[in-house]
Amino acid sequence: MSFALLFEQLLNGLQYGVMLFLMAAGLTLVFGIMNFINLAHGSLYMVGAYLTVAATQWTGSYLAGVALGLSGTLVVGMIVEVIALRALYERDHLDQVLATFGLILFFNELVAILWGRAALFASVPSWLSGHIELFTGSSYPLYRAVIIGVGLAVAVVLWYVVTRTRLGMLIRAGASNRTMVAALGVNIRLLYTVVFGFGAALAGLAGLLAGPIYNVQPGMGELILIQVFVVIVIGGIGSIRGALAGAIVVGLVDTMGRAFLKPLLGHVISPTAGEAAGPALASMLIYLLMAVVLALRPEGLFPAKSGG
Amino acid sequence: MRTPIRILAAAVAAGSLAFAPLASAQQKIKIGFITTLSGPQGVIGGYMRDSVELALDHLGRKIGGLDVEVIYGDDQVKPDVGVQVAEEMLKKHQVDFVSGIIWSNVMMAVVPVVTGAGKIMVGTNAGASPLAGSQCHERYFSTSWNNDQTPEAMGKYLQDTGINDLYIISPNYQAGRDMVVGLKRYYKGRIVEEIYTKLGQQDYQAELTQLRSKNPKAVWVFLPGGMGIQFLKQYDQAGLRGKLPLYTSFTVDEISIPAVKDAALGIYETRFWSPDLNTPANRRYVTDYKKKYGHLPVFYGAQSYEGIMLIDSAVRAVKGNLKDTQGLIAAMRKANYDSIRGPYAFNVNHHPIQNFYLLRAEKTPAGAIEMKIQKTVFEKYKDSYYQDCKMKW
Repeated sequence: MSFALLFEQLLNGLQYGVMLFLMAAGLTLVFGIMNFINLAHGSLYMVGAYLTVAATQWTGSYLAGVALGLSGTLVVGMIVEVIALRALYERDHLDQVLATFGLILFFNELVAILWGRAALFASVPSWLSGHIELFTGSSYPLYRAVIIGVGLAVAVVLWYVVTRTRLGMLIRAGASNRTMVAALGVNIRLLYTVVFGFGAALAGLAGLLAGPIYNVQPGMGELILIQVFVVIVIGGIGSIRGALAGAIVVGLVDTMGRAFLKPLLGHVISPTAGEAAGPALASMLIYLLMAVVLALRPEGLFPAKSGG
Repeated sequence: MRTPIRILAAAVAAGSLAFAPLASAQQKIKIGFITTLSGPQGVIGGYMRDSVELALDHLGRKIGGLDVEVIYGDDQVKPDVGVQVAEEMLKKHQVDFVSGIIWSNVMMAVVPVVTGAGKIMVGTNAGASPLAGSQCHERYFSTSWNNDQTPEAMGKYLQDTGINDLYIISPNYQAGRDMVVGLKRYYKGRIVEEIYTKLGQQDYQAELTQLRSKNPKAVWVFLPGGMGIQFLKQYDQAGLRGKLPLYTSFTVDEISIPAVKDAALGIYETRFWSPDLNTPANRRYVTDYKKKYGHLPVFYGAQSYEGIMLIDSAVRAVKGNLKDTQGLIAAMRKANYDSIRGPYAFNVNHHPIQNFYLLRAEKTPAGAIEMKIQKTVFEKYKDSYYQDCKMKW
């Protein structure tokens, strides 16, 4: 195994992790601050991808499509919060799971009605479709490098907003004591709507970035949602730092497992064992990791300090 | 008092005569068509249903001269749901035939239910090997193929062209392993690596990085549905398309091409049928399909169109007597209709003996991307399981 190969696989793992982080950040914010389980987070990812494809076609410009897709998902998220979810905050988690599962079905059918069940064409704009030469001599898709950049930038912005701004202060305060914040004259309902909207926009961002490399079709959000829950459990529920760490750990473990587990098992045990157990074990790896984390640190790697 | 009775009797006689043809005109054939209509795979079912409807249009909305009702059922890709749907069709709707079914596991569950009820099953996609071999049945017909045949044709082509150092990627489940077995039945060249990915995997970047580091001469993948769309996009984005020839089975089709466009160009498939297959029946099917639905049909649909045509030919042969099951079977065995794949015969196991072609995605002068036949790989090809079928006819 050469260093170049290892480096490229590390990049692949980082890129996958960053994608998971964009999803996990919104989900964990909503859970940590509002104590609300949103299974329909994957639907917002799908909405982001579809709106961006539609808006790109309509305007003819990728950047305009991205802007409209993002703001569209933000608005959809806020509308969903006001109409459907607001009534559920006082209910227990099972009710929330049932209601948001209903939303998944609703959004999948809505998208199928509007755009059909067939996968839509979503392409990388020509100025993002090239390759960058790595110092190792191999080339890496520029678009994937951009995803890494965008994801890390979002992480920095989120950290800044949550720890250094007044909005972030309110968010943290709302997470630790909702009633007290409301008593101090802060419109907590509006705050929740805003937080949910931004969580939705983050999912939409992940969706619109995923569109050109994955598959824009009804139900696309559910495929990634399970891994996102694994990320949140590993990272610590409600914590942005945990979401970032968990996402990158999951991204790396999954990618490295797929790439190197089979040859490794082949070397260590026997080639036939590698052949038989490698692929199965590689696809289980992140769940095994989750089980280990749950056993050793049930609160996750970086639990939220405020205890949402 | 005599006369009125006579008149009445005459009237009754006349009436029964008058109503007699009407009664037979009321006789109706019912076909239950099971496919997947919901969820991400619902797109395939939609294409199949469209082709069934076009077949009915072409037959003047009659099957063998009888009025027809097609009841569509959604199996949700689940064998148990497929069985439920089939039982409802057989018991509640009293269907005369059951047809359709995309998935081998659903087919394996549904066939015994249909044949057990004494009705005929006409499979229009799934080609589970047991049904072509030891579990063949006189009331089970297929208008498609056995699962292994399509990769076998690709294996044969790769072997014949002397390709070596092949890299193989397939999902880690039964059909994924079966496809590789089919490929290797004819391909005897060197294999660089066999990679089995998670079923439903979205991202293949890690696999593509590994692949590039091994320097294969060619790549073969079996990644149906959404997996294929994702793989084709990522293969293209990794800069491999055009540099490293990609041969696929059930990965590039008329459903995935619109979603990947140029990323499909130059990719190879093998298949028993293609939209550009030059038979009069196929030209009519493809032209009318495009006119009615605005896009090209896909092989799933072509097979479903054939299923309806096959049933029509049999009902015609028994003159609408749907009770004559043996007559229906005998007529179906002749495959006596104008098939879009050209004339073909049924093997002893009720699977078609047919040609397989090498296809390549190419750009038409109008700028569309379509599969084009390159050459015939197999002529009048029989599947590898029919010797296990004990049926005699």
